[in-house]
Amino acid sequence: MAIALNTLLMIVVALTITGVINRMRALLSGRKGIPFVQHLRDVGVLLRKGSVYSTTTTALFRIAPAVYLAVSVVALLFIPVADLYPLISFEGDVICFAYTLALARLAIILAAMDTGSSFEGMGAAREALYGALIEPALMMGFATLAMFCGYTSFAEIFEVEQSFNLHHTIVMMLAAYLFVQVAFIEAGRVPVDDPRTHLELTMIHEVMCLDYSGIDLAMIKIAGWLKTACFAMVAANAIAATCCFHWWFATPVAILLTGVAIGVVESSQARNKLIRNTTFVVTVLAMATLIFFIGYLLQLNINI
Amino acid sequence: MIYHTINNRSQAVALADIPQVEYAALYADLQERLADERYHVAHYFARAEGGVLRFYLILLDDVEHTIMLSSFAMEYYDDVALPSLTALHPALHPFEREIAELYGVRFGSMPWLKPLRFSSEGVKRGTTIDSYPFYTIEGDSLHEVNVGPIHAGIIEPGAFRFICNGEHVLHLEIALGYQHRGVEREFAATTNRLRQTLLAESIAGDSAVSHAVAYAMTVEKLAGVGVSEALSVERQIALELERMAMHIADTGALCMDVGYQLGQVACEALRTMTINTTQAWCGNRFGKGLIRAAGSHFPLTEAKRAMVRRNVSEIAHRYNEVREDIKSSPTLLARFEQCGVVPRAEMAKIGGVGMAARASGVHRDIRSSHPYLLFGEELAHESIVKRQGDVMARLMMRCREVLQSADYILQLLERCSGEGSQSLPDYDMPLAADSLAVSLVEGWRGETCHVALTDAEGNIATYKVKDASLHNWLALALAVRGEGISDFPICNKSFNLSYCGHDL
Repeated sequence: MAIALNTLLMIVVALTITGVINRMRALLSGRKGIPFVQHLRDVGVLLRKGSVYSTTTTALFRIAPAVYLAVSVVALLFIPVADLYPLISFEGDVICFAYTLALARLAIILAAMDTGSSFEGMGAAREALYGALIEPALMMGFATLAMFCGYTSFAEIFEVEQSFNLHHTIVMMLAAYLFVQVAFIEAGRVPVDDPRTHLELTMIHEVMCLDYSGIDLAMIKIAGWLKTACFAMVAANAIAATCCFHWWFATPVAILLTGVAIGVVESSQARNKLIRNTTFVVTVLAMATLIFFIGYLLQLNINI
Repeated sequence: MIYHTINNRSQAVALADIPQVEYAALYADLQERLADERYHVAHYFARAEGGVLRFYLILLDDVEHTIMLSSFAMEYYDDVALPSLTALHPALHPFEREIAELYGVRFGSMPWLKPLRFSSEGVKRGTTIDSYPFYTIEGDSLHEVNVGPIHAGIIEPGAFRFICNGEHVLHLEIALGYQHRGVEREFAATTNRLRQTLLAESIAGDSAVSHAVAYAMTVEKLAGVGVSEALSVERQIALELERMAMHIADTGALCMDVGYQLGQVACEALRTMTINTTQAWCGNRFGKGLIRAAGSHFPLTEAKRAMVRRNVSEIAHRYNEVREDIKSSPTLLARFEQCGVVPRAEMAKIGGVGMAARASGVHRDIRSSHPYLLFGEELAHESIVKRQGDVMARLMMRCREVLQSADYILQLLERCSGEGSQSLPDYDMPLAADSLAVSLVEGWRGETCHVALTDAEGNIATYKVKDASLHNWLALALAVRGEGISDFPICNKSFNLSYCGHDL
């Protein structure tokens, strides 16, 4: 029962974050904006359509969306919602989670290369670069949690002692901040990428999906939501672990924290120059390292 | 004398009065003159006249505020190669390329003999624009990226070929011509003056007023009629409104391309307000139907003046806030500054005109160098000139020009009185026979030049149009050299050049 609810909540989070972002953007720009469920309707339309394939593509191109979606679903099943229990959980599942997502990235990069288009080749090169740079940051974040809590499984990491602990709160808050940053980068949002742009030359994630249509495109979009939901929930769990470790608290936090943060950033600032993205991602990595050391020092229990 | 000198307010010139000289003499003279920045060529074209091909050259002197006309002729079937002026002064490349592709004239040592609007061998039937001879560079680490001719979004067609080393652009070549509609030919194909006016308004949709004013001025010069001050004021207000609308739209578009939503939505709202002002005046948001030769159907009445004054003041006020916001936003400055730089020397060499040239420090502004309408004595125009030549300079250029235009509109409104211009358009004015008239207008993009030549019956036999884009496309190609390929869109948007204005 708890497992079923857990999975259901994860799906709810995945489906609503984009809606919150869109509403937030509309609110901040003083527009009426699109309805909350517009992104779902759009994907609904795509799901009813067939796909068109370029004659230069091979089976690789056709399999990739399915792989991408399947892998994202698997990744989703690793994540607990606060006190509930995920479907898949074992010792070391944080590592497994990270590389499950890497497999998704590999599939989509190969598919993009398969089209032979110069745009998609450029997009693949960019995705590979930023993917390679963000991976250590993600591992650092998991390492911090694992070291501090003594477990390597999501379900156990966020289990907490009942009494308030300042050191624990500091580390969890910092980890939450890190995972929100990772969510920005993984979701391809401003300042790293801009999902709304129509300019192929500036895109990163979108340009790799240019040749997809209909149901394939829908799968890629859904997979993207699932991926974002995973990071949003990890961040929300870290926050919930410090104050109120219940699913009814973690779920809205996951939706609002990521949705509002992305909405505000996208409304109020420009995206990076592409060459500065590298600096930006490496800064997140540096921050992750710093958080790791803070966690290490706090764990030593020295009086600060 | 190898030139006949007039200015931008002069009436038409009889073709017989334009000196016909030897090419060698003109070549020698231009070789020297064009080295001086005060001169630049407004138009240079050929046309079949009697048994010969007569070339007309229209040279502008920015210091003396004069237009210098000269011509030379060659036998229609002469097969001599004229020494190319482009080899000395690259600014002339579009003119020589056009002459070469239209008449098969050969220019000796022409460095960039590429088609301007047609396929690679314009004179050879059956070749298509697909066979365009793009420049190539050999190298294992280089790759080519082709964008277009069909683009994402609702924009016009044009092929862009990048040669890149990773993300780094080494070279960009722009091949245009996909929008060629035969505009100039259509002008000569009809004697219906209304149809010609509509044609002028459709040369480039975003410069409808600029081209319509240039056409109206050309026809009035040929007819020898003057226009009342009230009509001049109205035309000038229409021109400045168009400038405001386009500059505001481009500010918004630049914000959009870097993902800055607040600036985008603010500018979109203001741009709508500006074009709606034009619509409330004449019924069309782009000012089509407003400008007519010798009169107007839409006098600027008391009530309309109050409306324009109110709107323009508010737009200027709100736009100034957006400007302050852009200038103080670090993420925007990081995108715009030092991006897409065209140094002054390069801009001068390629003959850049208008706003883009002024952003690079090249002072080209018809409003001050060749005054028309009320510019000059009645309304002293001081051009805004910047030095940096980057995207930020072009953006700030726009911001300042919007505020300047708003100021001009408010000043001009003070000069109006009563019910506005009273004359009605005249589509049947007799035009001077065998004459040439030139009109220069500073559109929002830059120098707009219209030239009309009449035949013995006083009908327009040859009509030549030049939009600022003809020169400035090359500036865009230079701007992206050395930039990241992902910055091409904002470089492109900072120029916002016209495809159809170039292709005609």
